[in-house]
Amino acid sequence: MAKIEKLCLSGSGLTKVFGFGRTRTVAVDHVDFDFHEGEVVSIVGESGSGKTTLAKMLLGLISITEGEICFQGKKRDIRTQKKKREYWKNIQAIFQDPYSSYNIFNKIDAVLLDCIRMRVGRKLPHAKKIEMMAEACSFVNLKFEELTNKYPFELSGGQMQRLMIARIFLLKPKILLADEPTSMIDACSRATILDMLMQLRDEIGMTVVFITHDIGLAYYVSDVVYIMEHGKFVESGSADDVILHPKETYTRRLIRDVPKIHEVWDLSTV
Amino acid sequence: MSNVILEVRELTTKYITRFRENVYAVDHVSLKVEEGKSLGISGESGCGKSTLALSLMGYYFAPLHYTSGEIIIDGRNITGMDPDDIRKSILGTEISYIPQSAMNALNPTQKVIHFIEDVFQAHDPCKTKKEIHEFAKEAFETLGLPAEVLQRYPVELSGGMKQRTVIAVSVVLSPRVLIADEPSSALDVTSQKMVIKMLKSLMENCFIKSMIFITHELPLLYNVTDDIMVMYAGQIVEKATAKEAVFDPLHPYARGLMGSIIVPESGLRDVKLAAIPGVPPNLKNPPAGCQFSERCKYVQPECMVRSIDLREVGAGRAYRCIFSEEQLREAYKDG
Repeated sequence: MAKIEKLCLSGSGLTKVFGFGRTRTVAVDHVDFDFHEGEVVSIVGESGSGKTTLAKMLLGLISITEGEICFQGKKRDIRTQKKKREYWKNIQAIFQDPYSSYNIFNKIDAVLLDCIRMRVGRKLPHAKKIEMMAEACSFVNLKFEELTNKYPFELSGGQMQRLMIARIFLLKPKILLADEPTSMIDACSRATILDMLMQLRDEIGMTVVFITHDIGLAYYVSDVVYIMEHGKFVESGSADDVILHPKETYTRRLIRDVPKIHEVWDLSTV
Repeated sequence: MSNVILEVRELTTKYITRFRENVYAVDHVSLKVEEGKSLGISGESGCGKSTLALSLMGYYFAPLHYTSGEIIIDGRNITGMDPDDIRKSILGTEISYIPQSAMNALNPTQKVIHFIEDVFQAHDPCKTKKEIHEFAKEAFETLGLPAEVLQRYPVELSGGMKQRTVIAVSVVLSPRVLIADEPSSALDVTSQKMVIKMLKSLMENCFIKSMIFITHELPLLYNVTDDIMVMYAGQIVEKATAKEAVFDPLHPYARGLMGSIIVPESGLRDVKLAAIPGVPPNLKNPPAGCQFSERCKYVQPECMVRSIDLREVGAGRAYRCIFSEEQLREAYKDG
């Protein structure tokens, strides 16, 4: 379905090398990808396969050793702070650990007001701001009246992650990078978070990039799946192709190791 | 009927907060674990899974306090025992407990063998160092861990290896029951599988007689344990065999949980995940009636006022709802 759509984010020969000499580590090794608008993409791999390094490069948080990233057809330019901010209006992230994603000194209002300022600027009547914040909170099933004047650490993990989604709702970015958004919360809140993310995608038509080791989650949410091993993409394609009919041995192993309920989980193969 | 290793009758424990409020995190829980069987405990975060694990050992320290009920290990009642006695004669030898993220608690300045020496020093001081080393080597090899791990420092081991080391150290005294609290939640799928394989082999190699496995990941629980118990707000809401609990849950909450299972199998993408709306009740002032009444789809006026008892429906199966089995099945048919 996404093939006819416009290119949103693409990379060619993307490489990141940490250290040099004896400690030289190639974390991401000549990776090519094309993310289209409105697609849900998953990048799946084990711990240490370079998923998070790739995410940081996409966000512009660390420099790129080699290769380039194109955003909406043009080469990405984030050389100045101003341009970087402009870029971040288009790409936003949700990280793994909601407990360490917030500034503990800022109240929740400040978190949300920051987003409004970034999106529409400072010149907005107070009532309008409140209205926007309340709307964002009700989208993620939180009550703004209960949250105002609270600090993020007073919330539970699931609520924090939902507040993160409320931020995304206010910012309406083109791309959302979700780095293991559900690995720290339990299975029940996971369903809620995923539902909300998918709803949000339908509403504002953004591209969602999931970075996860949970192959079940990748299969459930995504259109396109990339399998990453030791910094390289070893397999990519539509979710049905890759996960139900894997070709590479690495992908097969990953899928085999996930506990299943309708098929037998073979323990003898480790 | 086979030998019952651990029996818990109507156990209630509470936390006393700084403001002298009572929070009943384990509320009249009864369970039985037979020899050679494993029991899985599941539920949302904060439903009392880990508190139950702590309470089962009979080892209480503030703010956790014992209220009522009995714990019987192999015919021996350990309720009301002195904490010091419990530490000396129960922990490690009768019950062994692996807490959450235990692998990060290994002392980085000591070799792995030191942890095993420590265990023996506390429980069996007559053993010489040489005997301990030989025993540890043998035990590690039976459990599929390379013996050279014993001479390594914890920082040199990978996460999966550390977790397996912790498990091995916790079973060297052959406890009757092993309580594993989320032993694989911080690991990736391959290491998780190795940890699970090892836990299963413990029982086959007679290191332990029975196991209690706590996790919120239901597909995992389904593959590891014989029986599954679902907890909600400190109470048991469903008790059944693994197969029944996953494919035919009776309690509306258990059903909701099963609806949130994600596995990479064909057909999953067509199913919509059934998230349960709302949040669990605050146990500082729990609702008067059924704990789940605020979030339940099938709530009746009666649910709000009176507390609901656990209903036994034969063969170890039980659930906590005012509806009968037939009524529930009828309700689920309509979706």
